Amino acid sequence: MQRIINNPNDVVDEMINGFVKAHKDIIEKTENNRVLKYKKAPIKNKVGIVTGGGSGHKPAFIGYIGENMVDAVAIGEIFSSPTVKAFYDAFKTADSGKGVACLYGNYAGDNMNVKMAIKMAEKDGIAVKTVIANDDVASAPKEERNKRRGVAGEVLMWKIAGAKAALGGNLDEVISVAQKAIDNTKSVGIGLTPCTIPALGKPNFVIEEGKMELGIGHHGEPGIKVTDLKTADEMAEIMLDIILPDLPFVSNNEVVVLISGLGATPVMELYILYAKIAEILANKNIKIYKPYVGNYFTSLDMMGVTVTLMKVDNELKELIDLSANSMGFKQY
Amino acid sequence: MQYFLNDEGVVIIYDLIKIIQDNALYLSEIDGAIGDGDHGINMNKGFTLCEKRLIAEQINLSTALNILSEILLNEIGGAMGPLYGMFFLGMSNACNNKKQIDSIVFKDMLEAAVSELSEIDLSKAKIGDKTMMDTLIPAVEAYKTAINHGKSFIEALEKMKIAAEKGKESTKELIAKVGRASRLGERSKGFLDVGAVSSCLILRSMADSIIRLLTNSLIDINLSREIEK
Repeated sequence: MQRIINNPNDVVDEMINGFVKAHKDIIEKTENNRVLKYKKAPIKNKVGIVTGGGSGHKPAFIGYIGENMVDAVAIGEIFSSPTVKAFYDAFKTADSGKGVACLYGNYAGDNMNVKMAIKMAEKDGIAVKTVIANDDVASAPKEERNKRRGVAGEVLMWKIAGAKAALGGNLDEVISVAQKAIDNTKSVGIGLTPCTIPALGKPNFVIEEGKMELGIGHHGEPGIKVTDLKTADEMAEIMLDIILPDLPFVSNNEVVVLISGLGATPVMELYILYAKIAEILANKNIKIYKPYVGNYFTSLDMMGVTVTLMKVDNELKELIDLSANSMGFKQY
Repeated sequence: MQYFLNDEGVVIIYDLIKIIQDNALYLSEIDGAIGDGDHGINMNKGFTLCEKRLIAEQINLSTALNILSEILLNEIGGAMGPLYGMFFLGMSNACNNKKQIDSIVFKDMLEAAVSELSEIDLSKAKIGDKTMMDTLIPAVEAYKTAINHGKSFIEALEKMKIAAEKGKESTKELIAKVGRASRLGERSKGFLDVGAVSSCLILRSMADSIIRLLTNSLIDINLSREIEK
């Protein structure tokens, strides 16, 4: 394991320490060392936006704290849900009295901890509503959509909901547009190498040299199938073949495209993939309203990529266009 | 009636900590097969934190269970944090005001532990869904049946161990219906469920520790009888 760390058991705390020092203009610590907040949060008369999840996905989740984005984040260990208390403290931190939208990914631990934290918040009179992202098409069949995981599409959900809250939307409006965003968002991933949790010291799954795993999860959860490693152009076709029919995305649709590396793939290669994605979509008369290419939601040191498409209408376009300032997502 | 003292029961928790520490890597490897590989690390972190807290004071079993529960709930998180946090909280509550822990009190502890789990999502899990319930439900049932049939505390614990082991092994051929691996459908077949494995380790360790406590106290009683003679 070749890593820039001190003690593998301290990586999360040490990362938080550096992150807060580097982004003083946006980020502030809270009393809970596993909750970070936007320095202006809670913002008067604004619905609070909270998310949370395991660590190892930088910029997710704390990288999306900021102006017109997320107000507070509950931070877990590597690949492990934050505690009940972290979610509860994040709710308290973000709430201005207008309620809190907790927008997170569909994972067993997060579901349990959020649910228990909401019960605690209810006792304090804090209204919390949730949207659970399930954009990963490969993680379960369409009929069992409620079992699908949340992946990079969560970034677009936070952007949309953060904008709605900033524009004065009430809790129900923020929740409803976040749900609309994720319902129109579909993702799929390809993994080329496994990733290593520092405390484990070695990968806990294998992708052999010359192979790739289609539909892999953000923590290395098994995908749909393992095939020979394909070219970037072939990967683009395979991934869109999975995503497009699922919504479905059809001719004349407008979409936001988000291509995220999984941590160890050179950004250069993401653009090689994007070129083909853009070409295929153009051939199908699907218009790209806005593309985002970079490392938005990673999996430690995994090589690979996720492709995410969100179908947008005028409402979603207006919200995606609103300026935002966070470490992981800046828009002017 | 066989029993051990709440005041001497903290050794059960120390044994539990050791078992989890010894199996941390094994649990993460099992989790890595169809999950995300964090189970062993987090269990180890939580139980090791508990070990440090326990050293500070002389405490009984119910307090130690409560400390373990609070650490899992408030400092560990993940999926196992709330699940085992509530599990041990249930156990702690059920023996909180008991001086002596006999087979009936321990039955109440097991029942409370499992019913606390039903407070959380996993309540939906039944036998056959490939979760920790595949270990816990039959193990607790086997214990209760043995007690109801007039078996001794130790005999009932032995039955519980066998049923836990059998329940754990059964998850290998199951298709996951609830929990993280359920998204994998057929692909989850052939692998043990990590929650079933860790809950089996926990029940077996507790049973062994209690049997040791009971046997020691039997020896004590016999010894004192010898002396009286």
